[in-house]
Amino acid sequence: MVNGLLDRASVDAVLNDLDEYAIEEALRIVEPLNAAGATHSITLISMGPDRASEAIRKGLSMGADEAILISDPALSGSDALTTSKVLAKVISDGGFDLVFCGTESTDARMSVIPAMLAERLGWAQLTFAGSVKVDPSSSSVEIARMSESGVEVMSAALPCVVSVIEKINEPRYPSFKGIMAAKKKTIATKSLSDIGISPSEVGISGAWSAVLDAKARPPRDKGIKIEDSGEGGLKLAEFLQEKRLV
Amino acid sequence: MAKVLILVDHASGKVAKTAGELATFAKRAGDCVGLILAPEGQSQALSEQLANTVIGQVIAVESNDFAKHGQGCILDAITQVVERVKPDAILIPSTSAGKEIAGRLAIRLNSGVITDAIDFTSDLSATQSVFGGSFTVSSKVSAGIPVITIRPSAIEAEVGASAPAFEKVEVLISEKAKLVTITDSKPAVKGGRPELTEAKVVISGGRGTNGDFKPVEALADLLGAAVGASRAATDAGWYPHTHQVGQTGKTVSPQLYLACGISGAIQHRAGMQTSKTIVAINKDPEAPIFDVADFGVVGDLFAVLPQVGQAISAKRA
Repeated sequence: MVNGLLDRASVDAVLNDLDEYAIEEALRIVEPLNAAGATHSITLISMGPDRASEAIRKGLSMGADEAILISDPALSGSDALTTSKVLAKVISDGGFDLVFCGTESTDARMSVIPAMLAERLGWAQLTFAGSVKVDPSSSSVEIARMSESGVEVMSAALPCVVSVIEKINEPRYPSFKGIMAAKKKTIATKSLSDIGISPSEVGISGAWSAVLDAKARPPRDKGIKIEDSGEGGLKLAEFLQEKRLV
Repeated sequence: MAKVLILVDHASGKVAKTAGELATFAKRAGDCVGLILAPEGQSQALSEQLANTVIGQVIAVESNDFAKHGQGCILDAITQVVERVKPDAILIPSTSAGKEIAGRLAIRLNSGVITDAIDFTSDLSATQSVFGGSFTVSSKVSAGIPVITIRPSAIEAEVGASAPAFEKVEVLISEKAKLVTITDSKPAVKGGRPELTEAKVVISGGRGTNGDFKPVEALADLLGAAVGASRAATDAGWYPHTHQVGQTGKTVSPQLYLACGISGAIQHRAGMQTSKTIVAINKDPEAPIFDVADFGVVGDLFAVLPQVGQAISAKRA
């Protein structure tokens, strides 16, 4: 049996768009298989404060079967190394075969966590997927990885960590029926001790790097603004040449 | 004297320009050792392209498994080279793959990792730009060998005088590293223009182009610039999503960013406001892009852009 699993390692109580792509992709893969008689299930896994359960509820109303929320005050301030450690523990204890994650391109934390999960679990890493194909007969997954360096088609046998890029699909809106059904689904809230991790290994005390200094970027100097009355382009060209930018 | 190992990125037999940039940062802390992971028989030619950088020594590992199995094999090789070289810090280009490799390497080395740095200093601390460029944070890895990824174009590469010393080493690639098989690979179509995140100059078009990117592309080609687009333009299907600059797209910080017909919503600014110089052309004098522009032209991009091109061409002639 193939279990689907989704990581939502965000601290926001709002299910961010990118995770919805991951949930949608998991649903699209599992639904036809289950319609043909299989019994796969999808579990949402999230690490965050209790209020994250609202976001999880949305994922459940989209069609996921159940959810695990790891919530512990000691987790506040956790970096990507710690977050991946906690999630990897839950994943390996849960007996899952396939993990779907979102990919957030501007947030370093999110774009690195899927790779870190693969490393910690010793699973195949299939990340930045623009398309995903699961072949249940050979228990293998094939993706098209889309990044700035191009497109790569890659495949691996289960278990795998897959991260999907935005625009892989059009996430569904939860239906009324889905919303009602989600109310009956369980969200298992677990503390660190529930999953067997010591608080000293996580949070700020478990962080691998320390912030020396943080400051607001100085506001940009007030720039020049001109109205184009026929020679705006010439003035712009002059500015660029003066600054030796062209 | 500290020793800094840098990962030399390359594609289609050509060394990426991030190699010279990372070397420039590495030199601040001490000696720079460049690591080249290449297919069989290709590392020497790649190393020769580093003659104009400040890399003092090159360690090369050759294996066709890098292209066939990807990151697992790359990690095996880096880990073994790190054991041998014993560097004080490791710098990796902040590309999608670079960040993933850094994250996994940190786990293997039991080290801390800092991604997307825009600066690196002699005390091995790194500066990141966060919250869409509105804050800068300086951090230091407190455990293990610091693994730091550096954003492309974060620094002007220093030019070196001599070719680095070249040494090829053998590593053992485990079976466990070959979980993934790459069956097909199509490099990004460059179209003659530089890669968006690596370009010194980026010219972007938005809603104001009405789908016509010709004037944007014409000036980009004249200046050797990359072409970017706002989310409005990519969502409308006017330009490929791979060119989107902003919160859900690419983050760029070129020497010059030229925003054409882009209003400058916060999501777009998050992807470009660390650019050294920002120029905006927009019909709407109230467009928020003007708040971050060093030079703004309130006008029609279809009139202004060609005029800029003509003026620059005339000056060059």
